[in-house]
Amino acid sequence: MTIDHSELLHAFRPEACLVTGALLVLGLDLAAGRGRPPERRAQNAALLGLLALAAALAASFAAAPAGPLAAGTMLLDPLARITRAGVLGLALLALAATPGTLRLPHAAEYVALLLFATAGFTLMAGTTSLLLGFVALELASIALYLLAGFDKARPESAEAALKYFLFGAVAAAFLLFGFSLLYGLTGALDLPGISRGLAAQPASPLLLVAVVMVLVGFGFKAAAAPFHLWAPDVYQGAPAPAAALIASAAKLAGLAFFLRLLGSGLSGSGADGEPAPWTGAVAMLAVLSLLVGNIAALGQGNVRRLLAYSAVAHAGVLLLGVLVSARAGPGPAVYYAVTYGLATVGAFIVLAVLDGEGGAQTPADLAGLHGRSPLLAGALAACLLSLAGIPPLAGFLGKFLLFAEALKAGGPTSLTGGIALLAIALSAVALYYYLVVLKEALVRGPTPGAPAIRVPAGAALSLLATVALLLVLGLLPDLLLQRF
Amino acid sequence: MNALPWTIYVSFAGAALLLALGRASPGAARGLALATALTGAAAGAAGALGFTAQPGLQTLVDTPWVAGIGIRYHLAADGISIVLVLLTGLAATAGVLFSWNVRERVAEFFALYFLLIGGVYGVFLSADAFLLFVFYEIAIVPKYFLIAGWGSTNREYAAMKLVLYSFAGSALVLAGLLWAHAAGGGRGFGFAELARAASALPAAQQVPLFGLLFVGFGVLAGLFPFHTWAPTGHVAAPTGVSMLLAGVVMKLGAYGCLRLALPLCPAGFAAWQPVLGGLALAGILYGGFVALVQEDFKFVIGYSSVSHMGFVLLGLAAATPQALAGAVLQMFSHGVIAGLLFAVVGRMVYDRVHTRRLDRLQALGLHRHLPFPALVFVLAALASMGMPGFSGFPAELSILIGTWRTAPLWALGAAAGIVVAAAFTLRVLQVAFFGPSEQATAAEAPPVPDPEPITWPERAGAALLLAATVYAGLKPDALLGWILPALQSPALQPILRGNTP
Repeated sequence: MTIDHSELLHAFRPEACLVTGALLVLGLDLAAGRGRPPERRAQNAALLGLLALAAALAASFAAAPAGPLAAGTMLLDPLARITRAGVLGLALLALAATPGTLRLPHAAEYVALLLFATAGFTLMAGTTSLLLGFVALELASIALYLLAGFDKARPESAEAALKYFLFGAVAAAFLLFGFSLLYGLTGALDLPGISRGLAAQPASPLLLVAVVMVLVGFGFKAAAAPFHLWAPDVYQGAPAPAAALIASAAKLAGLAFFLRLLGSGLSGSGADGEPAPWTGAVAMLAVLSLLVGNIAALGQGNVRRLLAYSAVAHAGVLLLGVLVSARAGPGPAVYYAVTYGLATVGAFIVLAVLDGEGGAQTPADLAGLHGRSPLLAGALAACLLSLAGIPPLAGFLGKFLLFAEALKAGGPTSLTGGIALLAIALSAVALYYYLVVLKEALVRGPTPGAPAIRVPAGAALSLLATVALLLVLGLLPDLLLQRF
Repeated sequence: MNALPWTIYVSFAGAALLLALGRASPGAARGLALATALTGAAAGAAGALGFTAQPGLQTLVDTPWVAGIGIRYHLAADGISIVLVLLTGLAATAGVLFSWNVRERVAEFFALYFLLIGGVYGVFLSADAFLLFVFYEIAIVPKYFLIAGWGSTNREYAAMKLVLYSFAGSALVLAGLLWAHAAGGGRGFGFAELARAASALPAAQQVPLFGLLFVGFGVLAGLFPFHTWAPTGHVAAPTGVSMLLAGVVMKLGAYGCLRLALPLCPAGFAAWQPVLGGLALAGILYGGFVALVQEDFKFVIGYSSVSHMGFVLLGLAAATPQALAGAVLQMFSHGVIAGLLFAVVGRMVYDRVHTRRLDRLQALGLHRHLPFPALVFVLAALASMGMPGFSGFPAELSILIGTWRTAPLWALGAAAGIVVAAAFTLRVLQVAFFGPSEQATAAEAPPVPDPEPITWPERAGAALLLAATVYAGLKPDALLGWILPALQSPALQPILRGNTP
């Protein structure tokens, strides 16, 4: 197969913007940044990074749908295009909030790493090749390990990075082992080829091993129970803007890659309505994540750890989305991941701003937030209520669509239907722990003498955009859903 | 006719305006809140005037919303919705008047208040189950912040309990709706579509489905034994919010039962009917007896709400046209009367004497110090006991007669409940206002230090609610003229027919 370079260049324009932007940020800081005050350098780097992300976002909107590209390694179908725009938007929100909230030396490196990670996400969104997918995943992961440990002054940050790296590396090993088994079974690295190869042979124990390896790898990456143990420490220790990226864009990109891999690579024979070989295992992960996440979140005394366990619970719903997507297409699952990502980014931006004001670890540290900064309190309320699934915020519709599809697949007694009922039952538990946080922020009075909080302009804009998107997507979901 | 949807939009716009502009001064926020409530009520009244009663829902707005799973933005009304929209307008206006003395974060208080009101209007006007559910949830969360932020006694506990009960109930409803939706092949959430799909299910599936929907909605209607959120919540809430909770929010649950649970699963209803009747009766009697022994004035009213809402549920369980008409009438009646009672207890009395303990109130002999509240409470108590001339009389009578046709035993039990209601109402009236004998008071009563005079918003609010209960009591046909045709709707026929003697 020949490669049409002009087509390739056109399709990869967002990635080109990101990589060029990252190199420019580094180069300019090296060449012109010396001797300038660090705040100035940080501002310039962030501005350049934002420009690169905005250009990439514009390019991703402009990109036309395209069939298999680059010798069958990329596909620009709706799933890829929407995920790409989604991760770029989430990264934009996370980066826009850094000036003024993240006071670190080496800001240029931070911005460049964020751009590289985002390039990894966008590649994961569209890849149909195991090799490119793995490289993209590692590009993103390695950048994220570094971002998690970027705050070198705090030991927790280093701990977060180390934990994230060790777990991530093991997960990558599992994933790679699974991929190599798939290659050995089918002799193909592209997903359609794997699918064809598997259809031509009877189910083998080796395939089962490969599937389990892949699921373990993804389970680690997605923080699904029982592979979630790294998440609370990383969410707690990493700088808040980096945690925002880890919790949102990384999830969305991973979901897209996972959906494609399971959907078009390992979908099983499908002809006689037999479920794919991974159905039972994914269902088990979903149930465990829902239970562990929601119940463990009840006992958390730290807001970030609480968000981490809520992320585990949300991973359970996302896995339900994976199960449902075989029938309903990727639309509901991606909508859910996008709305979840938005709400999480918003919550972490609020925490990032508070970090500059002495930090917010326990819910009690948020006491009286409504008096100190109505914007922060309002945005936190919108984000957490969206996570809890309260309409008209987008998180509600995300859950609703997934549950509707899950029950449609076979009624309340089917596998997906049962998981959906479990998730509905646990939603009241979830509302409780979100309200415990919001009670402090919106109901309690401030501790005497607590000063008003000045929200940096970038973070304020980012929060307003996040809340606006949560409302718009919640009220007009067809803006996104109709693109699938 | 088309003024009705504006009740929703005006309330939400009012909430947004209050947040944007109301922070300037508490006075501005109060004025804006009263204007919003009056505009909403006026839109409801204008809609009602232009409304010709006929069977079935009449569409107000209908556009596709989420095309993929057939969700529509469909607002519609029939006579039942009209009555409840009018009630919401009354309760919202009176609630603002009795919240005039809120002093902290006034703009935010009223913004949350109108978020709740907008959700309530929305529920009463939805003709798509998804839309109804969205409005239902919008009405739940503000309650938490209103009670936890501005309430009294044990407020954070009560607020959390109330919201978790409501939310757990709504989770049951959500499961039920999705089940019905799936049974219909996922075509849509319109009431008629869902009813077609669900009523075609075999009875073995309709029974659990009906249970999910009825119990889920019933939690909010104070269905025994899931009523325990109501007394604690009502007591902890600030006065205006207690009035709304008892006045309209509990009606959301009963309305959901009537609008969705009953028409969707006729076979499920038939199986559940004896259980529902028993639970409703238990609520009437248990709520009444517990109210009889309370030592806190507000708890008496809180439990009386459970008892009176039991009549609504009994009417639904009996499912004869007369009983259903009585249930809707009782929703209106109880909404007005409970608002009045909470206004007297929470605002007119408690804010002046700062105690709700009946033994302390008894020593004060309040009728001499607070004649106006005493007068209002006497009238409200008469209405609450179901005296002729007030709205409670036609409502409860109609429920009793209608229930007799289904199950005479239930009617007898409920009639006993009326006697209990009279007992606890008279007791609290006597103890709280008319104190001990004259000689005893002269000797030992601590004087009430010059209670602040009754303000104009209190007089206006009380007059408004009293006028409503007297009007509905003297001329129930005005409301029944809307309610009765709505009961002829095809959606309700399967359950009604099964019960005609």
